[in-house]
This record gives sequence, C-alpha cells and structure tokens, in this order.
Amino acid sequence: MARQVQDLIIEAQGLHTYYGDSHILHGISVSIGPGETLSLMGRNGMGKTTLLRSLLGLTPPRRGTVKIYGRDMTGAPPEKIVRQGIAFVPEDRGIFPNLTVRENLVMAARPGPDGRKDWDLTRVLDTFPRLAQRMTNMGNHLSGGEQQMLTVGRALMTNPDLLILDEATEGLAPLIRKEIWSVVRQIKQSGIAAVIVDKDIKALLELADRNIIISKGRIVYEGSSKELAANPEIHIQHLGV
Amino acid sequence: MSTLTRSLPLLAALLALVLFPLFGSSFYVGLVTRIIIIAIFAMSLDLLIGYTGLVSFGHAAFFGIGGYALAIAFQDASVIHLWQALPLSLFAAALAALVVGWVSIRTSGIYFIMITLALSQMFFYYFFESPRYGGDDGIFLFLKPVLMVGSEDILNLDHENNFYYFALSCLVLGYLFLVMILQAPFGKVIKAIKVNEHRVRALGYSTNGYKLVSFVIAGTLAGLAGFLEGAHTGYINPAYMSWHESGVCIAIVILGGVGTLYGPIVGAFIIVLLQNFLPEFTEHWQLLLGGIVIAVVLFLPRGATSLLPRIRSLIRMEKSISLSQEEKAKGDADG
Repeated sequence: MARQVQDLIIEAQGLHTYYGDSHILHGISVSIGPGETLSLMGRNGMGKTTLLRSLLGLTPPRRGTVKIYGRDMTGAPPEKIVRQGIAFVPEDRGIFPNLTVRENLVMAARPGPDGRKDWDLTRVLDTFPRLAQRMTNMGNHLSGGEQQMLTVGRALMTNPDLLILDEATEGLAPLIRKEIWSVVRQIKQSGIAAVIVDKDIKALLELADRNIIISKGRIVYEGSSKELAANPEIHIQHLGV
Repeated sequence: MSTLTRSLPLLAALLALVLFPLFGSSFYVGLVTRIIIIAIFAMSLDLLIGYTGLVSFGHAAFFGIGGYALAIAFQDASVIHLWQALPLSLFAAALAALVVGWVSIRTSGIYFIMITLALSQMFFYYFFESPRYGGDDGIFLFLKPVLMVGSEDILNLDHENNFYYFALSCLVLGYLFLVMILQAPFGKVIKAIKVNEHRVRALGYSTNGYKLVSFVIAGTLAGLAGFLEGAHTGYINPAYMSWHESGVCIAIVILGGVGTLYGPIVGAFIIVLLQNFLPEFTEHWQLLLGGIVIAVVLFLPRGATSLLPRIRSLIRMEKSISLSQEEKAKGDADG
C-alpha cells in the first residue's frame, strides 16, 4: 500500500487502557503528522507513559483504535508497529548492559520503512562524539548522560519517521540536558516527527508545534506552544508550576 | 585485557586435552571422552540459559533423541556410516527442538521451565513404554560408526583414541560455532532478549523467531552429544532423557559459570569426575556432591570459572593499593 504524504503517522481514537483492574486511559484520542513535534505534559501518574505504551502496542488498549499511516494496527505486536518507522526512547533508557556501546547501536540498525538510510553509525557518532570514545564500553559502564545519548543514538539507527522520547532529560546534569535538547532540535530540523514527554516545560514550548496536557487519563488541554505560553494559568492548574 | 591473555588458559586446556591420550590409560581416555560429551551437552544448554535467558528444564530430551535416532536406525545394520548416522541424529534432535521450542517459547519464566519439563517427560515416557524400542531396557548397538570412502575406512570410531579425538573435535567446533553466532548480529539480539525482551520488541525485532532459532541450535548440539554418547557406550535407554538428567545439566552449567560457554566445559569435568571418584570414599557420595555444588554457588556465584578472573583482579587490586600507598607516602614525604 503506497503511503500518502498527508497521511498521519499515528492516529489513535478513544483509547481505554487498563493495568489489571485499574483504568488508566479514559478515551484519549491523539494524532501525529509527518515532521510534527508534539509534547505530552502532565503530572506523574497521569497516564503519559501509558499512552505511549498503548500507541506502541507494549500495553495494548482494551478499547479504541490505533492507526499507523492509515492502517489499523490496534492490538498488533510492538515489533510490527515500530517497524512502520517509529523509534522509542523509554523512560528507563533501556540500554543492554551486556552489549558494548557499538553493539547496542549496531543491533538496532535498519533502513527506514521507505528504505531511507540517513542515519548510520558514522552520523550517530558525529552527533554524539562522546559515544565514539566509549565504543568498547559495556552498556552499564556509562554515565547516565552517555546512556541517554546511546538510547537516542540507537533510536536514530532505525531511521525513524517518528521519535518518541519519554523523559529523555530526567536526572541529567544541566550541561548534558542542554546537549540532548540541542540534538532533539537537530532531529526536528531534519524532518523527523517527535513525541516528547518531559518536565522541562520551557524547553518543550520552544520545540513543540503542539502540546497536550493529560490529567487522570484524559486530555485536558491541547494547543499550540504560543497559546500555552500566553496562558500560564493553564500550567498552574494542570501541572502545578 | 586482550583477547589473547583471555584465551590463553583455554588454549592451554585444549593443548592438555589434545596430548592427554598420549599419557592416559584407555580407562581414563574413555572417562575424558564421556566428560567431553557431557561438556558439549552442557555448553549447548548455556546458549539457552546464559545467552538467551531461557531456562530449559527439558534439555535431556534432545540428548536422548540424538542417541535414539542412531540406535533405532542402525541397531540391525552391518555397518554404521558416520555420514548417514550423524546427520540423521542431528536432524531428529533439531526437529524435536523445533516442535518443543515452538510451543514453549510462547511462555516465559517459571512457565517456560514447566512446559519444557512436561514436553521432555512426554518423550521420556514414550520411549519408556515402547517395547519396539526396548522400553526401559533401551537399545544396544554392537558397532561403532565409521567414515568410509569406497571400502577404505578413514575414521573408525572403534578405537578409543579415535573416538576421543572425534569427540574433542566436535567440542572445539561446537564451541567455535557458538562463539561465531554470538558475535554475529543474531548473537547480539539474543543477548539483548536475555536482558529485556520487551525492549528488543520495541526496537522492532520479532523476538519469538530469535528464541526459536536459539532453541533449535541448542537442541541440535545436545543431539550431537547424545549421538556421541550412544555411539561411545553402544547403549541408549530412556534414563538419558529423564528430568533428572536435565537437572544435572543445569547444575553443570551453573557450577561452571553461566554465560561463558567454557564454564559448562569446566563444570562437566567437575561433576563427572566427582560422580566417578566420590563413590570410592563413601556410599553417601551424593550428599557430598550436593554440598560441593551448594558451596560453589554460595562462594562463587558466577561459577567455578570466575575463580581465575577473581584472583587476577585481587592481584591487580593489591598492586594498585600498594601503588597508591607508595604515592601517598611520597606525597607525605614531599609535604
């Protein structure tokens, strides 16, 4: 099936997701277009990570549909969903501690769904020169910042159309944070779409085209960065800052 | 540490094994042959436990099937051609591993252990209750496999030394084969699966396929060991497939060092030698054996082979401590 340029990468409708008996997502609908940067905000435990996991099939929704490039992928296994051109940088970084930095990167390498090979080992190492110095280190012999760079680098090795970052800067030193944000900016400029979950609202407003605030499993606000920046009472109400 | 210094003890051990038949009596050559066979079996299980994260409690089934395939097909033959018998055994074990693996890899953790145990016990009882295949008496083989070109035999396994070197070659080739696939992209994916399967799936890998291939490779290698055991002893019976044998195999892997490949080889030496010599001291030797296994697990949780790197790092630590003390003394003197 040929892909239409105007097709949304992800179009999710009415997602209801549960962990056992607890109802986490209450009918969330969200979409991401090509090249678009979307931020997901909300306090801890409001369902941001669950929403990402539902989109990726890691925690399939009990009701609702997930379409990837117009094709219904609800309930499909995560490997099928991400093969459509989605890369996930999980909250816990997800490095493989028993593989070296090089192996962590190379194992993820594949052309994008349309055969694109923009990102290879050389380009990832140019983007993260620190990793180039650590190639033979095992994944667990890295600082937190290096691990984060490795996860982002590994995600880029899959030549995605969409990059999903869950708390990519959490717990990192300010300088490293800055480095990660500057890479995210480069990624955005290269035309890759992104969904970003983070606590750094200022950085998110600068980057995102559109912002979504989630509270108790529902979308309580959706709007452009300009609008959100102009209405600080929204932050106070939903984010407590 | 360079690759050379790391593989030096391995090369030395290999050299010792190559030279052994020149000095050992035929009894001991036979004993070490048995150890080598068990080492291949345990090494194949390490691919599952140590690298793929699949604790199979039914690995003995494939060992038994390798042996039974040889015995059933050739019990009445006038000559056992190696080039026919070996591929047959490997194929039978691979096929069984494909079926068992296909069912069991869908589960994980304790359920995987239970299902591999259950499926292997089905094989055990099938042979146990099949009069055609000798039931619990098993099958005797009166010939050893030979490799012939025309009417000339190139390799006759009837000679103990020939068998020894054949088994040793199988061990070395099996080891190198496993090292090779672990260095290949395939190996990286299964190592990653061991750490976190969800994460690997989120990277776009269909992990079940990888686990199944790993399971079939391990089963086939176990079948090779079973083939060698059947050919070596000229006898195969259902006890080879019992859960007890699967358990001993796990113990060997853990005792030697999980996730090293050479650890299980060392483990096979320890267990088989203890099984052979402890009974000379006491009839309660299994109690002693159990005690030794417990002691190793408690004091060397990464297996007997972790002793060497431990000693090395201790020496290095001593050195760096004495160095830093010297520096400190120097600093104090300067200050």
